[in-house]
Amino acid sequence: MSEPSHEHADPAVAFESAKLGVWTFLATEVLLFGALFTAYTVFRMKYPEMFRAEHEKLDRVLGAVNTVVLITSSLLVVFGVDAIKRGKARLFEACFGATILLAGVFLCVKYAEYTAKFHHGIYPRTNLFFSIYFMLTGLHGIHVLLGMGVLSYVILLSRRGRLSASYYTPAEMSGLYWHFVDLVWIYLFPLLYLIG
Amino acid sequence: MTGVGRPEAEGNGRGYLADRGWRSWAFTLDHKRIGAMYLWTTTVFFLIGGVFALLLRLELLSPQARYFSNHAYNVFFTLHGAMMIFLFVIPAIPSGLGNFLIPLHIGARDVAFPRLNLASYWVFAAGFLVIIGSLVAPMDTGWTFYTPYSAKSAAAVTTLSLGIFLIGMSSILTGLNFIVTIHKLRAPGMTWHRLPLFIWGMYATSIIQVVATPVVGVTFLLLAAERIFGVGFFDPTKGGDPVLFQHFFWFYSHPVVYVMILPAMGIVSEVIPVFSRKPIFGYKAIAYSSMAIAFIGFLVWGHHMFTSGMSPLANKIFSFLTFFVAVPTAVKVFNWIATLYRGSITFESPMLYALTFIFLFIVGGLTGPFLGAMATNVQLHDTYFVVAHFHYTMMGGTVMGFFAGLHYWFPKMTGKMVNEKVARAAWALIFVGFNVTFFTMFIAGTRGMPRRYAEYLPKFQVENTISSIGSAVLAAGILVMCWNFLQGLRKGAAAPANPWRALSLEWKAASPPETENFHEIPVVTEWPYGYGTPKA
Ligand code: HEM
Ligand SMILES: [Cu+2]
Repeated sequence: MSEPSHEHADPAVAFESAKLGVWTFLATEVLLFGALFTAYTVFRMKYPEMFRAEHEKLDRVLGAVNTVVLITSSLLVVFGVDAIKRGKARLFEACFGATILLAGVFLCVKYAEYTAKFHHGIYPRTNLFFSIYFMLTGLHGIHVLLGMGVLSYVILLSRRGRLSASYYTPAEMSGLYWHFVDLVWIYLFPLLYLIG
Repeated sequence: MTGVGRPEAEGNGRGYLADRGWRSWAFTLDHKRIGAMYLWTTTVFFLIGGVFALLLRLELLSPQARYFSNHAYNVFFTLHGAMMIFLFVIPAIPSGLGNFLIPLHIGARDVAFPRLNLASYWVFAAGFLVIIGSLVAPMDTGWTFYTPYSAKSAAAVTTLSLGIFLIGMSSILTGLNFIVTIHKLRAPGMTWHRLPLFIWGMYATSIIQVVATPVVGVTFLLLAAERIFGVGFFDPTKGGDPVLFQHFFWFYSHPVVYVMILPAMGIVSEVIPVFSRKPIFGYKAIAYSSMAIAFIGFLVWGHHMFTSGMSPLANKIFSFLTFFVAVPTAVKVFNWIATLYRGSITFESPMLYALTFIFLFIVGGLTGPFLGAMATNVQLHDTYFVVAHFHYTMMGGTVMGFFAGLHYWFPKMTGKMVNEKVARAAWALIFVGFNVTFFTMFIAGTRGMPRRYAEYLPKFQVENTISSIGSAVLAAGILVMCWNFLQGLRKGAAAPANPWRALSLEWKAASPPETENFHEIPVVTEWPYGYGTPKA
C-alpha cells in the first residue's frame, strides 16, 4: 500500500493552520464554559441571598493558593516556549515538567477541598450554588487533567528530538491551551470564592 | 501536525478506491475515503430512521392504538426523530459530501488536519455505538429531551447524553478542520470570491457547528449530572429552571437547522447553473446570505418556546427576529430562480432533485411564518402542522439537496454512472409520495390534530390514511433510488472525468480522483460559474 504523504509541504502553512485551529478550538471551549457561566448568572440573579450565604463555605485560602499555583505554571509555560524557540530542549522540558507538577499540586488541593466539602455533607445536589460550584470546578479540573496529558505528550516529542528552534509548533500550541486553562480559573476564583 | 501533501507531488496514478481491505479504510487519512465512510454510515441511519417512520405511519392508519402500545409509539417517534437529526441530517452533507468535496473544490490535496479528520470519524462512530447501547432502555422523551421528564424517565437518558456529546464533539472537530482548510489551503488564485458556493455554505455551516455545538454539549452534560449527582439546574423542586434547559437546547438546535440546510443550499447553488448553462445570478448575494443566515440563526432560538412562559417582551423580540431570517433565505431563492430564467435547462436527475428542493423548501418556508408568529403559533403549536412544516424543510429541503448532491457527484466519487431512467423514475415516486404524505399533515394540523399521539379522533381518519399510503410510495421511491445506486456501483458505465461539463475544480481531477487529488495543484484564474460562454 503506497501511503501518500500527508505532511505539510510548507512549514509556514502548517504553523498558520495549527494556530488558527487552536484558536478556533479555544473559542469552542469558551462557549462550553460560557453556558455554565450563563447558568451561574441566571441563578445568581434569582437567588442572591443564597449565593451570598453559601459562598462563605468555600475555603478562600485554598482557592488563593491554587490561583497562585496556576499563574506560576502559566509563567513556566512562557519560559518553556521561549526556551525551545532558542533551541534549548532540556530547559524546555524542565519548564513544562514543572508545569505538570504544579498542575498536580492544583488537583491535590482541589481534591482536599472536595473531600472537605463531602465531610461536611455538601454535595452537588445540596443546593444550586454548590451544583454550579461542582460543575464549574469539575469541568475545569477535567481540563487541567487533559492539559497535563497534552503537555506530557509535547515533552515526549521533545525527548524524541522532534522539537527544535525551527519547529516548535506543538510547544506553542499546547502552551496556548494551558494559558486558557489558567484563564478560566482566574474567572472562577473570584466568581465563586470572593464575590459576596 | 499533519496536513496537505507536497505541492510538487505527482499523483500515484491510482484512483483513491484502489486499495482494498478494511485497514485501508479504517486507518485512512484520505479525506475522500473518510467522506465515503460517513456517507455509508449516515445512509444506513437514514434507512433505519425511515423504518421507524413507516412504523409510525402504520400505527396511524387507525384511530386506536392497534399495533403497538402507546409507550412503544413514544419510543418509535423518539428514535425516528433523534436518529434522523443527530445521526443523519446533521452529519450527512457536512461530514460526508463536505469531506469528500472541500479539498477537491478548493484545489487542495487534503483537509488541514487529516489525522484529526479520521479521529472525528471514529469519535462519531463511538457516539453512535453508545447511542445504540442506550437502546437497552429505549428513549421515550422525544428528540428534544425536555426536562424535567428526561431527568426522571426510566430510559437510558444518561447513556444517550454521552452518545450525543460524542457526536457533537465529532461535529466540532470536523467544523474546525473545515474552517482551517478553507482559510489556509486554497489553491493559488482561489480567492474568496472565486470559491464555489458549496464552499461558502460549508464555511457558514462550520462556524455554526463550532459555535453552537459546545453549548448543547454542556446541556447534555448537565442533564447527565442531574441524573447522576442530582444537581438541580433544571429541576423546579430544587429551585432550578426547566426553561433554562429549553434555552440551552434551542440555542444549539435552532442554528442546527441551518447546519442541516446551508450545505444543501450550497449543493443546489452548484447544480442549478450547470444544468441551466448559465452563470449563477447574484453570486455575492448567495455567498453572503449564507453568512447572514448563520449569524441571525443564533438570535432566534426563542421561537420554539412561545408557549413555555417566557416574558411577553422576549416573545415579541424572538418573533420579530424570526421573520428576519426569511430575508437572506428569500435572497437565495430569488437568485436561483433568476439563474433558471431563460437558461437552457435540462432535467437530469441532479437537477430534478435541485428543483424539488426549491419547490418543497418554498412550501416549508412559507409555512414557517405561521409558526414564527406568536398568534398563530399558539394555535398550531404541537400539531401536525409543525410536523408537516419541518418535514418540508428538513426532508424536502435537506434530504432532496442531499439526493441532488449524490446524483451529481456519484460519477466523481465512484467513477461510474447511474442509470438515468431509473433515477428519474425513483425521483417521480419520491416526489409524489412526499407530497401526499406530508401535505395532508398540514391539513390535519390546521384542523387540530396534535402530534406525538398514537391515537387520534376519528375525524382525522381520512388524512391519516392518505398520509400513510403516501409514505409507502415515498419509501418505494427511496428503495428504487438506493437500488439504482448499488447497481451503478456494481456495473454502471465508466464515468468520464466531467460528465456534466461543469467548471469547478473537482471535475478537473480524474473520476474517481487519485489519492492526492490533482497531478498538479491547479492555478485558478476565474470563478467557477462562467457557463454559457464559449468555453462551456
Ligand atoms: C421517510 C419519510 C418520513 C416519514 C413518513 C416521517 C413520518 C413522521 C411522523 C408521522 C412523525 C410524527 C410522529 C408524531 O408526532 O406522532 C415524524 C416525526 C419526526 N420526523 Fe419524520 N418522517 C420521515 C422522514 C423524516 C426525515 C428525513 C427527518 C429528518 C430530516 C425526520 C425528522 C423527524 C423529526 C425530528 C420528528 C419529530 C420527532 C419527535 O416528535 O420527537 N423525518 N415523522
Ligand atoms: Cu427554530
